[in-house]
Amino acid sequence: MNAPATPGNNPAADLPPVVAFRNVSIAFDGPPVLQDVSFSVAPGETRILLGPAGVGKSVLLKLTNGLLRPDQGSILLFGEEISHMPEEQLFPLRTRTGMVFQEGALFDSLSVRDNVAFQLISERIPDDEIDTRVHEALRFVQLEDTFALYPSSLSGGMRRRVAIARALIRQPELLLYDSPTGGLDPVTSATIIELVMKERDVYRTPSLMVTHRLQDAFTLCTHRFDEEQNRMVPLPKGQTDPNTTFLMLEEGHLIFDGSLHDLIHSQNPFVREFLQ
Amino acid sequence: MRYPVHDAGMRRGLFILQTGNFMAFDTIDRTAKQLVLTVQDYSLFAHRAVMNLFRPPRYWPEFLIQADIIGVGSMSIVLLSGFFTGGVLALQSASTVSAFGATAITGRFVSLTMIRELGPVLTGVMVSGRNASSMASELGSMVVTEQIDAMRALGVDPMRKLVTPRLFACVTMLFFLTIVADAFGILGGAFVTIFMNHQDGPQYFSMAWESLRYPDIIQGLVKPLFSGFIISSIGCFYGMRTSGGTEGVGRATIQAVVTASVLIIVADFILTRILLGIF
Repeated sequence: MNAPATPGNNPAADLPPVVAFRNVSIAFDGPPVLQDVSFSVAPGETRILLGPAGVGKSVLLKLTNGLLRPDQGSILLFGEEISHMPEEQLFPLRTRTGMVFQEGALFDSLSVRDNVAFQLISERIPDDEIDTRVHEALRFVQLEDTFALYPSSLSGGMRRRVAIARALIRQPELLLYDSPTGGLDPVTSATIIELVMKERDVYRTPSLMVTHRLQDAFTLCTHRFDEEQNRMVPLPKGQTDPNTTFLMLEEGHLIFDGSLHDLIHSQNPFVREFLQ
Repeated sequence: MRYPVHDAGMRRGLFILQTGNFMAFDTIDRTAKQLVLTVQDYSLFAHRAVMNLFRPPRYWPEFLIQADIIGVGSMSIVLLSGFFTGGVLALQSASTVSAFGATAITGRFVSLTMIRELGPVLTGVMVSGRNASSMASELGSMVVTEQIDAMRALGVDPMRKLVTPRLFACVTMLFFLTIVADAFGILGGAFVTIFMNHQDGPQYFSMAWESLRYPDIIQGLVKPLFSGFIISSIGCFYGMRTSGGTEGVGRATIQAVVTASVLIIVADFILTRILLGIF
C-alpha cells in the first residue's frame, strides 16, 4: 500500500485546477466552521475529504458549487471566481457540476425518470431523447427497472444510486459526493464506491468526495474499475491510484493534503488517531 | 448613576434588578432587530418572486398544478363556509330587523355583507388555513431534506420553479374562489330566508341584486388579490427559511398560518378604509 502517489508523479497536477480554494473561511451563528482552507482539484483528480462528523465537510462541498458563500477568501470553479457571483450567474455554472447529496435528496413528488431527467426537462429536451438518456444513466447505476417508480418505494442504497444517475446524466465536468455511503450496509456501500470508481476510471471526471469511512477511501485508492469484467479489481500490490488523493479537516482547519502514502505516514496526532 | 450600597444582600438584589433590566432590554432589542430583519427578508423575497413573472424561464405546468391544488382543492371548504355564513347572516339579520318589521331587507344585508366583507375575508382565512400551511410544510420539508439545495445544484432556481407559480396561482384562484363564496353565501341566505324564515324568495333575490353597486363589487374583488398574495408569499417565505429538521417544519407551518391569517384581516381593514375613501 506504500505508494508512488506523490504530487510529483500525479499527471493531473500541472493542469489548471477545476476547483481552487484560497484561504476560505466561513462561520454561521458561532465559531468558524472553516478557517483559512486552501486546496485545489486538478482535472482527472479524485480528492477524498476525510474528517469526523461536524467538522465542516459538507459545508466545504456546498461552498464548491456556490450553494454557500464564504465569509473570506476566494473559490475558483472552472477558473471563475464564484464567491461573490450573483445566484443567477451561478446556475449555468452549476449545470456543469454534478452533486450527490448525503441522503440522495431526490424529489419526492417526481418519479425516478423525472428525478434523473430533471435538468434535461428544464432544458426542454425532447421526451424521446430524455427517455434514452435516463435509461442509459440508470443502466450505469444498474437500476433500469426503477424507471417508473417513485423515490418512496426505493431503499436507501437505491436512492443514492438514483442520485448518482441524476448527477451523471449531463456528463458533468466535476462531481461532488457528500457521504455517498453514509448509513448504508457494507454491501451497498461497496456498490456505491464501485460506481464512484467507474465514473473516475471510465469517464475520468474529477471529483471531490466527502466521507468519514476510511474503508471506502482506501478502496478507491487501491482498486480500479475493469471495464471488461464490469467490476472493480484490486491494483497490483504496493500500487495506488495516483489521481486519488486525500484532504483532512479538523475543527475547520485543513490539517492534511496529500497522497495515501503521506496519509499513512503522517505524524500529525489527529491524523494518526483518525486512522486508528 | 451609582448608589451607595453597603449591605451585601441589598447589593445582590440591586445586581439582580440591574441584570434583569439589562436582560429585558436585551431581549426587546434582539426581538426588534429580528422583526426588522424578517420584514426586510420578506420584502426582498416577495419582490424577487413577483419580478420572476416578468423574466423567463416561466414554469407554466407548475402554475397549472398549483392552480388545481389551490383552486379546485379549496372549492369544497370555500363553498360550504360561504353557504353557511350566508345562512347565519340571514338568521341574525331576520331576528334583529323583525322587531322593526323590516325583514324584507335581509337580501340586501346578506349580499352586501358577503360581497364587500365576509366573502373575501372568509375565503382568505379558509384558503390560508389550507394552503399557506401546505406551502410552508411542503417547501420546509424540501429544505430540510436538501431537495431545495439539490434543485439549485441542478441549475434550477427554486424561486422561479416553486415560489412564483404558487404566488401567481394563489392570487388568480383566490379571485375566483371569492366569487364562488359570495354566490354560495347569497344562496345560503336565500335558503334560510325561504325555508326557515318563510319569507318571500323573489323579494330576497330582488333586494340582494338591486342593492348592489359597482363599487361594492370592486371592493369585494380587490381584496382577494391581496389575500392571495399574502397567503402564498407568507407560506412560501416561512417554508423556504425553515431550519431545524422536522420540528422546524412544524414551526414554519404554524408561523405561516398564523401570520397569513392575521395579515389578511389587517390588510382587509386597511383596504376597506382606502376603498371607502375612494368610492
